[in-house]
Parts: sequence; structure tokens; C-alpha cells
Amino acid sequence: MSAATETALGLTENKSPAAKAAKLVIYVGLFFVFAGPLLALLVSSFNHVSDPTQLSVVPKSPTLDNFRIAFDHGVLKYLLNSFFVVGFGLLLQVAVSVLAGYALARKKFPLMTLVMVAILATMMLPEEILALPLTLVLADVPLLHLNLMGTLAGMIVPLGAWAFSILVMTEFMKEVPRELEEAARIDGAGEFRIFGQIILPLCRPALGVIGVFGFTMIWDQYLLPLLVATNSSAYTLPLALRTLRIDPVVTPGVVMAASLLALLPSVTVFLLFQRSFARGLTSGALKG
Amino acid sequence: MSVREAVSRPAGRDKQPAAAATRRTPSRRQHRRNRRTSGSWWIPWLFLAPALILFVYFKFIPMAQAISMSVQDVRPYLGNLYVGAANYTEILSSDGFRAATWNTILLAVGQTFGSMILGFALALLVEGQTRKLTFIRSAAFLPVVVPIAVVAELWRIMYHPTGDGLLNQLLGLVGLGPSGFINDPDTSLASIVVTGIWRGAPYDMMIFLAGLAGIDRGLYEAAIVDGASVRQRIRHVTLPGLRAVFAILFVLAAVRGFRAFTEVFLLTNGGPNGSTEVVMTLIYKLGFEQNRLGVASAGAVLLFVATLVLTVCVQLLRRRRVA
Repeated sequence: MSAATETALGLTENKSPAAKAAKLVIYVGLFFVFAGPLLALLVSSFNHVSDPTQLSVVPKSPTLDNFRIAFDHGVLKYLLNSFFVVGFGLLLQVAVSVLAGYALARKKFPLMTLVMVAILATMMLPEEILALPLTLVLADVPLLHLNLMGTLAGMIVPLGAWAFSILVMTEFMKEVPRELEEAARIDGAGEFRIFGQIILPLCRPALGVIGVFGFTMIWDQYLLPLLVATNSSAYTLPLALRTLRIDPVVTPGVVMAASLLALLPSVTVFLLFQRSFARGLTSGALKG
Repeated sequence: MSVREAVSRPAGRDKQPAAAATRRTPSRRQHRRNRRTSGSWWIPWLFLAPALILFVYFKFIPMAQAISMSVQDVRPYLGNLYVGAANYTEILSSDGFRAATWNTILLAVGQTFGSMILGFALALLVEGQTRKLTFIRSAAFLPVVVPIAVVAELWRIMYHPTGDGLLNQLLGLVGLGPSGFINDPDTSLASIVVTGIWRGAPYDMMIFLAGLAGIDRGLYEAAIVDGASVRQRIRHVTLPGLRAVFAILFVLAAVRGFRAFTEVFLLTNGGPNGSTEVVMTLIYKLGFEQNRLGVASAGAVLLFVATLVLTVCVQLLRRRRVA
């Protein structure tokens, strides 16, 4: 097969100098359109940027002042809050999804279809729309009568109900051959042993997908934390950016420094686990 | 069980379980499995319990609550009053909600088509296996994984309305501007759309790339043999091959537009002059700033119905075209 048939445009096979130059211009342009603003953010967080017109991609007299001022305004605490929410939220989400996926993929029981449909239907329910009544539930959790408003726990617990992760785990666990499970059963393994030592270790790729997606989803959350955090001590870092910006003595440089801290974790996770990311993106989206 | 565990190797650590299974007769295997699965009907429910509890608490109860509040006058400490469809008539007849609906539709349409067209073009440009292309793809994808709050704060600064704001400087280079961007009622909604496309197009690009990878290379070859130009090849081979991808992206992006909140809240909070008020920011203001939970819930239910109708319609259209 020739190179011309490997891509839709067949760009790669065109080796003339003009085509090469055109390609270079396109790629550099693309890079600057999408990564350029983030580069400006990076540079500006190390520059003295006292008003918005000084945002720039050119470093001048690098300084750590922005970060120092940001920390004076409690950014470290907000960052820790964010890590706390993403850590426990992801743990809960993955644990719940793995357990539910095991039941839905490996067991046959009455009402199974109903349960599956009920769980999948919530994927059509944008969380923004639910946010308002959700805060009422969090203010007075039915039966338990707890008030989780204003606490990080209030942001964490709802994260456990995430249909996408259950779907990914269920689909993947279905692929594990029956024979493995049966052999283990014959050897006397109990239900939890089969789950923990046979099925789960084989699901590492799916765990990667739901881990990476869960992390970026939770890190990106805004509306629910905004509603739950009734006082600033429960703010996550994304929420704190707005309060920083509104504060008249804080310069845009400081906001950019805090923004850099807010984007580094999810960008790092993406760069480290790109493969899991691509796999989840296509499986999740294309199955719709 | 205990006997077997004592005599055989520890279960679960077995390196060739499949081979071990084949040594036993099928009938005996079947028998054992049946006995085990039938004896433990509660096992699946045990595994499902955490998910079911959390879904009931944080999805189904809130949904039921939204619907029930939408037909009530919610009065904290006084008890709620059933008001029938009054909340719906109120919100549907208010100018604010109509304007917000219109803005939401414009935002959703602009972001959806902008992201899809740009995303498709990007996908065509960066399709391929070279290292350079992989690098460009990762760099272009970065906006998707940057938290939306950061995106909004960054673009707020870039949209600085004076001539020496970052984007206005760029506009100045080509002899345009300066534009007020988010501070001018005429350009504010378009500015939010542009920010949305910046974040949405790379996402669509990745999905398109996955779709492109699934297209039969033999068809490209056949097109070349038949003397088709690149344009014809895209029109008759690539686009039909991506039909399902287009449908899915359309639904995803449109729903993303309908539920847009954070970027609007942080960039303009509905201003200037209500020019960027969308349904979600309106619901937020009704529910949290004015404490009108009944009317806000009616708005939320309507928004949910709109996303549901859209999703179902596209799925039906798709199914009919395939059949």
C-alpha cells in the first residue's frame, strides 16, 4: 500500500519543498492557536503582570513573586482541598464502578436490565441540571439527616454515582473468558476471591481509562463545588480563581500563577496516560 | 471447598486456570456452576449495593425533587404549595427566559458547528503516524484537559478590551479592532462561542481521528485507481465513512452547549446587558440568588427535556438512515 492511501488527505506523501513549507506553516499555526494561550499563561505566571495588557509569551525578569502572593491568599489550602476531593472522589467512584461492573457483567439476575437501563439513563442527565436539587439533598441527606453543605464530603459523595465508569467496567469485564472464572471456582475460590484476584487484575486497561477520565472530570468540576462550598474554607482551586481575580489588590500575574497550579495536575495526568485517554475517548464517545 | 483448598494449589494464584478447567468433564463443571450461582441470589445485589444507593441518593432523588419542586411554590419553613403549571407558565412567559433560551441556542449552534468543522479540518491535517504529528496532536488537545475555570480566566485576560489587550494586539496586526469582546453586547456571545470552540474543536478532532482510523484504506486506493481527486475522495469516501461520528459529536456538542454554565458565569456572568445570559446562568440566579426554587426547577426540567428530545431525535434520524 502506498503512502498516499494512508490518510484522507494524503499529506504525508507530498515531498515537494512548497508542500513541506505549507505544512510547516500549518503545524506551527496550529500549535500557537491551541498551545499559545497556555504558553502565555505559563510565562505570565513567572512575569510581573500588573494589568491584563502585560500578558505575553516573552519572559522578562522571571520571578516567583506571583506564587508567593498566591500562597499568601491561601492558594495552597485550596490546592490541598482540590487534591482531597479528587483523591477520595476518584477512589469512591472507581470502587463503586468496579463492584457494579462485576455484578452487571458476570452475573445473571432478575431486574438486571432494569438496573442497567436506570444507570445508563443518568448519562443523559447533565449534572448542571441536577445541581440545584442535589444541593437540597446534600443539605439534608434522606434517612441519615446529615448536612453536607459547606463540606468537602458534600463534593465527594455524589461523585460515586458516575455511569460512564460503570459502563466502561461492565463492557470490559464481559470480555474476560468464562473459563478463567470457572476454573477458579472449581479450585474453590469464593466470590470475592474471583473478583479480586481473577477479574480485577485483568481489567487494568479499563481501570486506567476510568481513572484518567474520572480524574480530569472531577478536577474540572465547577458548578457543584460552587454550590456546596458555602464558605471559602471549602473552596477548591478552580473556585478560588474567581475570588482571586475579584480581589482588587491581586494582579493578573497572581491569577495566572494560581491557574497554572490548577491546570498542572490534569495536564500531567493527560500527558502521562495519553494512551488510556485516547482509548476512553473513543470507546466512551462512539458507544454514545 | 476446604478440602479442595487443602489438597490443591492455592486458588486464584493459578497460572494456567484455563488448562486446569479443561481436564475436568464438562458435565461436572456445569453442575458445580449451577449449584453455586443458584445458591447465592444476593451476591450480585451485594456488589451493586454501593452504586444503587449512591445513584438513588444523588441522581434519582434529586431528579424527582426537581420535578416535584417545579410544580410547587417552594417556601422554606412555611411548607410548599402545589401550584400546578404556574411555574412553567411564569418562566415560559418571562422575557428573561426567552432571551436566555435564544442565547443558549445561538451558543450551542455556534459552538457545535464551529467545533465540528474546525475539529474535522484539524483531524484531516494531523492524521498520520509521524512523531511530529503526534506532538502536534497532543499540544492541540491540551485545551480539553485544562480546567474550564482556568480557560475562562485566561481568555478573560486575553479578551482585554483596550487596544493593547493580547487578542486586540493580534487583531491590530491585520488592521482590525480594537474589539470590546466580552465587554461589548454585540460581540460578547460570539466571544464566548470562540472560547468554547477553542476548547471543543480539539476534542472533536480526537474523535474524528478515531473515526478516520476506522475507514477502509482499500477504498482510498480504489478512489486513486479511479482517478478521484483528493476533494472527491473526501466527499465520497471519508465523509460517508464518518457519518456515525458526526451524529454522535453533534449530540455531545449540542448538549454541551445547552448545559453551558461555567465559561459564561466566569467570562461575563450573563452581561453586558443580558447579552450572554443563558438558561443555566438564569437558573443559577433564580435558584441561588433569588431563592425561587420552584421557577428555577421548572427551567431545569425544561432544559432537561430539550436535551432529551435532541438526543432521541438524532438517534432516530440516524437509525432511519442506516436502515
